Amino acid sequence: MVKQGEKVRVVSGTAVVVRGNEIDTDRIIPARYLKVVTFDGLGEFAFRDVRFAQDGSQLDHPFNRPEHQGARVLIVNKNFGCGSSREHAPQALLRWGIHAIVGESFAEIFAGNCNALGVPAVRVSEADVERLMSIVEADPSMTVDVDVDAREVRAGGLRVSASIADEIRESLVTGVWDSTAALLANRERIAETVSNLPYMSGFSA
Amino acid sequence: MSKNLLNKVWDLHTVDQLSTGQDQLFIGLHLIHEVTSPQAFQMLEERGLQVLYPERTLATVDHIVPTADQSRPFDDPLAEEMMRALEQNTRKHGITFYHLGTEHQGIVHIVGPELGATQPGMTIACGDSHTSTHGAFGSIAFGIGTSQIRDVLATQCMAVTRPEVRRVQVDGLLGPGVYAKDIILRIIADLGVKGGIGYAYEFGGSTIDALSMEGRMTICNMSIEGGARVGYVNPDATTYDYIKGREYAPKAAVFETAVQYWQSVASGPDAEYDDRYELDATTLEPMVTWGINPGQAIGVSQTMPRLASLPDSLRDVAKSAYEHMGFAEAAPIEGTPIDVAFIGSCTNARLSDLREAARVVEGRSVASGVRAFVVPGSKQVARQAEAEGLPQVFERAGFQWRGAGCSMCLAMNPDKLNGREICASSSNRNFIGRQGSPTGRTLLMSPAMVAAAALNGRVTDVRSITPASAA
Repeated sequence: MVKQGEKVRVVSGTAVVVRGNEIDTDRIIPARYLKVVTFDGLGEFAFRDVRFAQDGSQLDHPFNRPEHQGARVLIVNKNFGCGSSREHAPQALLRWGIHAIVGESFAEIFAGNCNALGVPAVRVSEADVERLMSIVEADPSMTVDVDVDAREVRAGGLRVSASIADEIRESLVTGVWDSTAALLANRERIAETVSNLPYMSGFSA
Repeated sequence: MSKNLLNKVWDLHTVDQLSTGQDQLFIGLHLIHEVTSPQAFQMLEERGLQVLYPERTLATVDHIVPTADQSRPFDDPLAEEMMRALEQNTRKHGITFYHLGTEHQGIVHIVGPELGATQPGMTIACGDSHTSTHGAFGSIAFGIGTSQIRDVLATQCMAVTRPEVRRVQVDGLLGPGVYAKDIILRIIADLGVKGGIGYAYEFGGSTIDALSMEGRMTICNMSIEGGARVGYVNPDATTYDYIKGREYAPKAAVFETAVQYWQSVASGPDAEYDDRYELDATTLEPMVTWGINPGQAIGVSQTMPRLASLPDSLRDVAKSAYEHMGFAEAAPIEGTPIDVAFIGSCTNARLSDLREAARVVEGRSVASGVRAFVVPGSKQVARQAEAEGLPQVFERAGFQWRGAGCSMCLAMNPDKLNGREICASSSNRNFIGRQGSPTGRTLLMSPAMVAAAALNGRVTDVRSITPASAA
């Protein structure tokens, strides 16, 4: 877990590649594992139905391979995390060990959920995703740096530029990705906004 | 040029700009359910925070409730635990809870509007991606994650970036047997499942104007399937008539004042947009998905695409879709055998959906070997359907009539596909494993099309069964 208030500038570690476009949050964590009142312990259910057969036997999936145990960076393709808004998806990935995600594009709610956990989800070009994937698949021990501050991803000799929305980058590098405190600090302005919304007074003011 | 609805409502609800550059947006209505809220309440406890505006949050239970036997305790101890957590959290924080013992329990996106809690010119958030449904009323409604639920509970605000707005213009009369579901499936097929990322979709045009609130809700509901987190329709007389007299509606004495506010936030004829898309509704036919995302949809008379004919960007997922579905390239979708017929979900389990399906099945029988069931979206929908005798129509035809809940849309309850079953479904997602079996297969379509498929045991053009009208 990323500690509340922690500045997330660079995430470094070995990486794991999960190929495929439109990997939805039902695939990241099937709905039957959402029947919980805490996020603790969700790590083992990450990609459950593509990691294990219905009889419980292991399938060949990057998350099952010994060389990827301990990986901190996940590399994916397009529209990763589409579908259900379940925060259980990034929670499961984080609890499995993933602290940064590099992909061609992310679904919006998923990206927001990652940010709220202090997990950068950065975008790189299709060609650069392919380069990074090839490097990691060829050498799973390779360290990948996801540099949020400098907006780049580095692996071996490769250095590619990464995009991340200005405000998301700012929230990560300054350690305010957990927004509750900042929102609560504006109590007076909240009250002022409320006073200007006719429905908040039942249209009777 | 003038501001569109999104920008007007956004400006009214902006509390401040945060140090990150994100907007602090006030949320007028917060809806919660049992699946995504318990961890948020736990986080509040850990931080010693209270719920800032408990009267602006409403709760109901939908995802985990069994639809066959709803007696407590539930057979599933995990479901029972989630139910108890919501009971405790709402009691402790003074939040109104429409539980199973009330007349307003149901799928959260059906309950909010039918209570009159969903209103134009409001910001709405809920820990569920289909929150976009509420945009049908001219509200800005977001699906959020659990950490954001924590924020909304503690501050009634969220940190968020303003989206751009794409005007989705739909004009022309719908043909018989063609519904709101077919419009949105066509839009997603055209613009792609990620085409809406970064956008709010404003749906308008003569076709949208002519739709009932229920049809508009179906369209806004599936905005997120096209990647747009927010979808909305400008409020009009249809909207105001729907809201009037409902429990949380503005009272008669101030209703006109409310209407003035609602009209003031609507996009004017000269409103500015960041992008536009146009659809001729007269060209639509009933739509059916053949693949593993909602964008993989074709008209019922069409054949499934050849991989070679698809752009590179769509080919890989199409290939995975053929592998999962076991269908052949260029095969017709019509005639595809089905095992299960499911009419339900926040997309299509409102009264008009059930009426249209009932019209198709009346006096006919479900094909042998097909498991068919109807799950009303809320207890209110169930009561209205009962008053019209719809359960008997369905039961005589061989459908099971169930209690309100999310049911087989996402299989967090006992309703699930088994093995490689194929389900004709009025829900919103055909993702691999979505309906509870990792190898199960889902074909999305309108409720009337599900009814037609149930009768023949295979995908059927509903227009060949009944002289349906474009209700």
